[in-house]
Amino acid sequence: MAGIDHAPPPFFKRGPAPLALLTFYIAISLALFIVDLRFRSLNLLRQSIALLVDPVQRVAQTPGSLVDYAAEYLQGMRALQQENRELKHAQLNTAPNLQRQVQLEAENARLRKLLAVKEREKANGQVAQILYTARDPFSRKVIVDKGQQSGIVAGQPAIDEAGVVGQVTRVFPFSAEITLITDKDQAVPVQIVRSGQRSVVFGLGNGQLELRYMPANADVEVGDILVTSGLDGVYLPGFPVAKVINIERDSAYSFARIFCVPVAGVENFGEIMVLDPRQPLPPAPPESGSRDGGAATDKALLRQKKRATKGN
Amino acid sequence: MQPTFSSSRILLPVRPWFIFFSLIAAVLLNFLPTAHWPGMPDWVALVLCFWSVREFRRVGMGWAFMLGLLMDVADGAVLGQHCFAYVLLAYVSATLSRRLLWFPLLQQALQIMPLLLAAQLVQALMRLAVGADFPGLGYFIGPIIATLLWIPATFILLLPQYRPVEQDPDRPI
Repeated sequence: MAGIDHAPPPFFKRGPAPLALLTFYIAISLALFIVDLRFRSLNLLRQSIALLVDPVQRVAQTPGSLVDYAAEYLQGMRALQQENRELKHAQLNTAPNLQRQVQLEAENARLRKLLAVKEREKANGQVAQILYTARDPFSRKVIVDKGQQSGIVAGQPAIDEAGVVGQVTRVFPFSAEITLITDKDQAVPVQIVRSGQRSVVFGLGNGQLELRYMPANADVEVGDILVTSGLDGVYLPGFPVAKVINIERDSAYSFARIFCVPVAGVENFGEIMVLDPRQPLPPAPPESGSRDGGAATDKALLRQKKRATKGN
Repeated sequence: MQPTFSSSRILLPVRPWFIFFSLIAAVLLNFLPTAHWPGMPDWVALVLCFWSVREFRRVGMGWAFMLGLLMDVADGAVLGQHCFAYVLLAYVSATLSRRLLWFPLLQQALQIMPLLLAAQLVQALMRLAVGADFPGLGYFIGPIIATLLWIPATFILLLPQYRPVEQDPDRPI
């Protein structure tokens, strides 16, 4: 009885059962999700797909930029002349400080040499154009037109004419993704200009920032300017980051809730400057148990910042 | 095949290149800067859902997965987020397809709404579970607009398959 144990001929070939396929694809999706989030080892896959998608995305963004261009073109001579006059005025206002800056920097370098203090790092960088905002509604990121080809690496800070905008988080061959400082839990180590106090400012995700871990009686006032402290080895010290707009002091909590708005035009479109990566900081001294609390908190903050930078 | 199973109108068979073309067009629509406007639908989810209902033999979870990967990279989202939602969407729409096509268009749209909402909700839950920021309830307006677009989408996407109403008996095709 040959043939009785044969499988039926494949008349209705339909591939694997839908439920099996579903399980298969969902397993792959979840694996991708976890690997991308936890181990960040899928950069090659992402970069190769981005290479394909990026030109198309740029072309798709052109209608918007064409409208912008037309609006700018039709703005007229009068408005331009007005702007030109204002800019000249502003330039004249800053001229006294700027003209002496070269001399001041030279003097500063000389004095630092005299005092045997390490010289200030110079801020160099390259100008990049913001192409579009990333479509992901869960985070705040923008895409700029410089990438691996221009030598951009992940971690470089980005500033505009007013202050810090964000940090490069992903690099593609011809573009790079910048996470804005207002992204949730994006952290920047800062210093309050008025009091010199150090802390870390975190993005809230709604366009504001929060200065966390400041005691309820901390010396912070509305209107205080926060600048980068440079303790993280990522941002150079002294760039304006945010301005305090609201302080909630509640004695029920040990920390004050301090809300700030970014100084830079974080949500604007235009040109930004991607600063070169900093020279590596000197190695940290070995930890000793007898240090006081202040240094310990600083270190904890720094560690948290590092984790946040790595995690986002 | 008919526009709906209760219709007496017979459609021409679908052309595979048209399916491909419509999916690519949906991806392009998603790339437009209008994507940031509140209540913009996810065009890829809509078109994918449509073809999974009409032609589940041709457009299935494989397509959903690839499109999801594309959208993940284009969005700057976590890889696998759109893949998961789209694969789920394609599977459920294919399962519902035999039942769905008996209904008139408006009722079809009503049954599609929970699917599109679920696809969006799954993505939100995945991201919230790993500590992202809640994007606001405006995020869920998109699927509702997409539901309203189900009726025009059906007309547009079936357009190449309609035959002229008055046919020449000498030339049946």
